[in-house]
Amino acid sequence: MTVNMTKGQAISLQKSDGGTLTAVRMGLGWQAAPRRGLFGSRTREIDLDASAVLFADKQPVDVVFFRHLVSDDGSVKHTGDNLVGGAGSGGDDEAILVDLQRVPVHIDQIVFTVNSFTGQTFQEVQNAFCRIVDETNGQELARYTLDGGGQYTAQIMAKVHRAGGGWQMTALGNPANGRTFQDLMPAILPHL
Amino acid sequence: MTAELVRGQNHTLPQTRLEIRVSAGSPVVAGATLGDERGTVRGAEWIAHPASHRVPGLEVSRQAAADHRLAVDLDALPGSVHRVTVLLALPLGPGQPARFGAVAAPFVAVTGLDGTEIATFTLTGLDTESAVSALELYRRQGVWKVRAVGQGYAAGLAGMLADQGVAEAAEVAASIQEAVASGLARSVTPPPRTPDGERVRHPAGPPASGDGGPAAPAPPDPAPAPPDPAPARTETSGGPVNYAHPRRQTSAPPPPPPAAPPAAPGQPAQPVAGDATGWSMDERLYNQIWGMFEDLARAVAAYRSAVDFAESRMDQELDRALSDPRSRIGGAGDRAREEARAKHDELTGRAREALERDLAQLAAESAVVEPALPAAYAGWGNPVWHGYRVPMEIPMALRIGDLHLPEGIGLRIPLLVRLPLERGIWVDSGRTASEEAAATPGDRLRTLAMETAVALAARLLAVYPADEFSVHVIDPAGSAAGPLAPLVDAGVLAGPPAAGAEGVSSVLAHLTRRVDLVQMAIRAGASDALPPDLDTAEQLLIVNDFPHGFDDRAVTQLRYLADEGPSVGVHLLMVADREDTRAYGPVLDPLWRSLLRITPVADDHLADPWVGHAWTYEPLRAPQGSRVLEQVLALVAAARRAGYR
Repeated sequence: MTVNMTKGQAISLQKSDGGTLTAVRMGLGWQAAPRRGLFGSRTREIDLDASAVLFADKQPVDVVFFRHLVSDDGSVKHTGDNLVGGAGSGGDDEAILVDLQRVPVHIDQIVFTVNSFTGQTFQEVQNAFCRIVDETNGQELARYTLDGGGQYTAQIMAKVHRAGGGWQMTALGNPANGRTFQDLMPAILPHL
Repeated sequence: MTAELVRGQNHTLPQTRLEIRVSAGSPVVAGATLGDERGTVRGAEWIAHPASHRVPGLEVSRQAAADHRLAVDLDALPGSVHRVTVLLALPLGPGQPARFGAVAAPFVAVTGLDGTEIATFTLTGLDTESAVSALELYRRQGVWKVRAVGQGYAAGLAGMLADQGVAEAAEVAASIQEAVASGLARSVTPPPRTPDGERVRHPAGPPASGDGGPAAPAPPDPAPAPPDPAPARTETSGGPVNYAHPRRQTSAPPPPPPAAPPAAPGQPAQPVAGDATGWSMDERLYNQIWGMFEDLARAVAAYRSAVDFAESRMDQELDRALSDPRSRIGGAGDRAREEARAKHDELTGRAREALERDLAQLAAESAVVEPALPAAYAGWGNPVWHGYRVPMEIPMALRIGDLHLPEGIGLRIPLLVRLPLERGIWVDSGRTASEEAAATPGDRLRTLAMETAVALAARLLAVYPADEFSVHVIDPAGSAAGPLAPLVDAGVLAGPPAAGAEGVSSVLAHLTRRVDLVQMAIRAGASDALPPDLDTAEQLLIVNDFPHGFDDRAVTQLRYLADEGPSVGVHLLMVADREDTRAYGPVLDPLWRSLLRITPVADDHLADPWVGHAWTYEPLRAPQGSRVLEQVLALVAAARRAGYR
């Protein structure tokens, strides 16, 4: 059951069998827009970055992004920076894995964001998508199509948060502007 | 230029006086047969083997060895000889491997008399064979050529000789094995190898089992053969040619790691030793230990950050309660304070619970991993040291101490460093900030530091094959005679501990020359031009009481060794108190920084690479009253004496 989301849509998700999530992955894939003109080989490279910010009581505690690939506690892992995007054929170019069972007890929310580090807006990116996958069974929980997405350079994707004894995910899909996650902090805070 | 031959490939020989070098991972018998234009061996006098090691134009060595040099003069061969086949066979006997699949792939090189390689060939892909014809030198239209053959025979020497038309193949094979057996008896008994599957990183297949004689037909291998472009070669000659490049051949996948038994639902899986990736058990254990190290670092990081957060939140809430004028009267303030404390306790309690769950899991893993460790990774108290034998190859890493964190006091993670050492080691004999150092008198601290260094040197000597590691000692004032006694008494040092300024400069000059020569040889690509008296073993220099006995020139040489030595196998083990070198000012700071600092007593100064906790390091000590160090050194010394025969 994939929810194809429109911007700004917020849905609470639980596993379809009623259990709670134990591991999720945020995947990001894109392809650079071809440049028309004489020097066709000089396609402009587009670098999108996926980040995850860990919050405790609305205070940022740790962040996982391309310069800090593993959270100090080891529960959130970034698979590594991809500077140019991939074939855009459906695979994830960057991914962030969250082992929800190992997240420290004081962390109650994790927010996923996407930024365009090279500054292109999502209009210029081809085949860009961003998805949240239940890592235990590979099921896609939510998917956004980013391209043609207007004059934005960032998107606040989704958050997973503690609910009762387990975790839930809320898709946010809130467009924003910024180069790295730091620029997005003001835009993230209202969603906590 | 050297031609790297693949099976079946040939190469023209530019000269007729040659040497054929053979190197194998374990002792092998080398021999040669002469054949006429049809390839037939005309009689026993046309076979050069250990029992009859010389035929006209050809000489082989008289006993089994891991390295051979066969001298060949093609012009001196009888005129009717058109073919020389170089053979290798595994010697028979208890403790000898029964098949080439169980030993490292042999390597043969045809060289000129000056040692320049003309053609080389690695005999890969052998399995149940116990004899193999490695190379063929043959005359074609008046020109001698070499061909890489690599034809193995599961039926052993007898089968191979019979294939070449030798009439009394079985008798000749028996006389060769007899000569080899008596040769083996003359020399030192090699350590038994059959049970040591783990010691040799053989490229393919499970370790050897059974002791099928070469004359007996090989038992069918029950294990499915790895996918190989060439079908298995057996007694027949002229098998299909294997075109795979010998160096680029993908080796068979390693035996799978031990599988963890399925966990009960809701329970974490039971830990298993070697439950990590790697090509050998050593590598898997190494990776598993690093995995445990990282997991402990991260579990404690999670706990610490949760506790820090709980405390800062409580502080804020208490401040707020205090600054709120409404709470000054009535019980509201007290209630707010109590609530804040309860929230704090609840969160730290949950964090503690999570930490204890992780620690219990890691402790269970440590309990199965520690007993499974090989000697190089094990503490002195591990029984594996009582069954110690001098190894045939260097291990991946060496344990130089234990690490622990205050949160998991019972949980000790082995500190493993890769071998060969990438940087020198500094045992700090000075007073450090730790409690244990403060409680130890200065003299005692120096003695302990030297004992730590000696135990470390002993470990290094023990885990290297005999003659591949030399230890030099500089003890200018002779103050470390006591701690050095185990090394001196066992006679495993390269020379007596150097005393006085003269001793210091002569040892340093010797090692500096070695670094210099090896570097020059490497740069010039002429490693065979090194003087024959040069010790090619890795060198360790223990320096006690630095800078006592050092003049400026000696200090400069020491810094040169610290900078340039590790890349050419010269390592430093400094036992020093940084305070003693205060007179040198900051010029020695780079030296100290380049060394891995360890302490003779428990001290928290080592940071992990992930989170940067301060880990408490503790050196490895032999259990009280144990003689394990002396026993191990005695075995090392015995192996060395045998090596210098």
